[in-house]
Amino acid sequence: MRRVAVTVGSAVLVLAVLVGAWELYRWIWISTGWTWPFLVDDTSMPHVHTIVEALFKQPTAGVGDILIVQLFHASLFTAKEAAVGFVLGASLGFALGVVMSQWRIMQRGLLPYVVASQTVPILAVAPIVVVYLGSLHVAAWFSVSVIAAYLTFFPVAINTLRGLLSTDRRAVELMRAFAAGRWTILWKLRVPAALPYIFAALKISATACIVGAIIGEAPSSIQDGLGGYIVNFNQYYTLNPQNLWATNLIAALVGISFFLLVVLAEKLVVRRAPEYVA
Amino acid sequence: MSVQPNVGKSVVEIQGLTKRFERGDVVALQDIDLAIEPGEFISLIGPSGCGKSTLLRIIGDLIEPTSGTVTVNGKPAPRARADHDYGIVFQDSVLFDWRTVAKNVSLPLEMLGWERARRKARVDEMLALVELQGFGDHHPWQLSGGMQMRVAIARALALEPALLLMDEPFGALDEMTRERLNMELLGIWDASKSTVVFVTHSIAEAVFLSTRTVVMSARPGRIANVIEIDLPYPRTSSTREDPHYFELVTRVREALHLGSDLDAVAP
Amino acid sequence: MSAQPVAVAPVPRGALSRRVGRRALDWLPAVIVLILVLVIWQESIAIFDIKRFLAPKPTAIAGNFWDNRSELLRAGWFTFQEALGGWAIGCGLGILVALVLARWRRLGRALQPYAIAASAIPIIAFAPITNAWFGPFGKTSKMAIAAVLCFFPVFVNTVRGLTSVRPSSIELMRSYAAGELDIFRRVRFPTALPFIFTALKIGTVLSMIGAIVGEYFGGSFTALGVLISSKTSTFDFEEAWAGIGVACAFGIAFYLAVAALERVALRGAPSTED
Repeated sequence: MRRVAVTVGSAVLVLAVLVGAWELYRWIWISTGWTWPFLVDDTSMPHVHTIVEALFKQPTAGVGDILIVQLFHASLFTAKEAAVGFVLGASLGFALGVVMSQWRIMQRGLLPYVVASQTVPILAVAPIVVVYLGSLHVAAWFSVSVIAAYLTFFPVAINTLRGLLSTDRRAVELMRAFAAGRWTILWKLRVPAALPYIFAALKISATACIVGAIIGEAPSSIQDGLGGYIVNFNQYYTLNPQNLWATNLIAALVGISFFLLVVLAEKLVVRRAPEYVA
Repeated sequence: MSVQPNVGKSVVEIQGLTKRFERGDVVALQDIDLAIEPGEFISLIGPSGCGKSTLLRIIGDLIEPTSGTVTVNGKPAPRARADHDYGIVFQDSVLFDWRTVAKNVSLPLEMLGWERARRKARVDEMLALVELQGFGDHHPWQLSGGMQMRVAIARALALEPALLLMDEPFGALDEMTRERLNMELLGIWDASKSTVVFVTHSIAEAVFLSTRTVVMSARPGRIANVIEIDLPYPRTSSTREDPHYFELVTRVREALHLGSDLDAVAP
Repeated sequence: MSAQPVAVAPVPRGALSRRVGRRALDWLPAVIVLILVLVIWQESIAIFDIKRFLAPKPTAIAGNFWDNRSELLRAGWFTFQEALGGWAIGCGLGILVALVLARWRRLGRALQPYAIAASAIPIIAFAPITNAWFGPFGKTSKMAIAAVLCFFPVFVNTVRGLTSVRPSSIELMRSYAAGELDIFRRVRFPTALPFIFTALKIGTVLSMIGAIVGEYFGGSFTALGVLISSKTSTFDFEEAWAGIGVACAFGIAFYLAVAALERVALRGAPSTED
């Protein structure tokens, strides 16, 4: 009970410090008129309370729900795309990691492209993916999931490979003494031993799939998700900067929630000796 | 209880074994001839780099010989490994962190497709044999080094192999735990009626445990001497105070020194 | 004959040329894959009648690249500068903050969960805001996004590296009456270096992504991201794909450059990658 109180208390404290720092920075820069690194005014740095208030107002006066309700629905929409993309990307990444770990030639042939794949500017390719899948009568949101999967599979593939290859040699020798074949060694030793690496990647992927979903929505003209709202509010930024900030706040919360889900899964699945940190 | 090896035949038969590494530059073992009878407890002792661990791994078909033959349980070494004719224990207990003690012991049973009830029965039997009953649900990191080693022994014996290979299993433990585990090992050996090949650095341990001690010479590894340890079983702490014990320890020590100097004399 | 022990670790044999030849051979499977993919791409367009805008023929793309190479390369260089600047700033700050927090361990431990939470924020959502702050047409706004994207992996990895020193190494240094600075220089920093380089490599890719996404929300016409989107919207797909190719090339070159730097800095030590 006490630990919960301490955790909540310190979180509130940190939040208060952040808000205080924001307002202080704002006040100092406006008073002195400094323009480095950027000009500070109501547009570039709205008051924190303005941003919070914006959540409870209608973005377009007189039309629709208040912002926070709209963003809630948008978050669900984007979260769905991201979750599907996460599952697709993590599965593909895991499979790739296994394949590359088992056959050296696959590793040599594929690894450079796995790495290079992330240098393809996904934003540029996104519209193409959306239209192509659309022509196959795939729903637009699924195309966004594909883009999210694209950003997700990379860390999982790399870390799965690393984890599978860094198995303790002595444990492998032990399995061979038990006349275990390649696949038995893989499923009974290498994969369980690699779980910490895989979960480290899944934590990165949790954020990556949200990023992918938001980036995917933007050029695809999908209005219902967070990406759509960001594009929209970006256009009207100078009029209503607080809307964009509020949307970012919600996006941040969604990202953190995904991350925490993976952390929770990790605690349930991975049971290891407590790590010693110097 | 145990698997009967070919009656009357040796459990391990090594003839003319030579092992080279690095394209022939390093001769780890040279012309090894050794026959191990059922029920024996053989210690392999020698200076660092004499190839005793390599020899153990060749018997276990974890390393291939360069020339010579190795027969285990009447079969070529690779088939013996495929047939699970031996269990092995390393200096590191190599337990899987993500499995409980019981699941660690049942690993070989799972791989052979035993069903759950049969596995549980055997695991309980094994844990009782190493006196760790009640620790089945613990995780390896919750146990002491000596207890972890006992789990490794239980796992090695789970399939009741004819042969038990041990590579300095107690090397990482303190002296008192070591002596206690020596006694426990003799008890386990007696109960399981297996044959043991035991690599060690310690002369005292080799003499205390074995029926025969094989002394090896420095690289290239050769058998310098084989000393019969004719101390009676069961061996206890009083055995360590037996004058004949000290005699044998001295003989082994001398054989070791002779083995190291052998290269100075032989061409 | 004296009892000289044979050398324990054999010296690597083989002429330099043989070793280089073997390394070149390592790349053969990758090259084969590339050729296969290009050939299949080229042929399946005709066979499956794939619409031009999805995937123009590689030969058409190559031709277009050659025709427009100066424009494309200049745009690529512009965007690369944004990425490079952001990478340098982000990585520098990441290492700096990690050093500070590793020194004052209590503070670091207290802030750790918040740092982790912060790393889970989709930074990319802030691209429009940096555009608003620094103006959409300069390089600064994109550098800012690239910097923030690089900051977190570098920070997290540096902290991990600095704290993964074996306690026995620290004890050894203390037995030499070494001060904190000495311990840092001789033990902690070298231990952290492989971790740092892993993060620097990740940063190269992230910074390019950040720069191009930033440009999507508004950027100069001399920037690659803007170029690609405008060519896409005018249905000039060969050039759009050529632009994508240029972006890849710069990204890969950036990554390889840092990887080469890593090999020099970590002579002998194994990379944390593979």
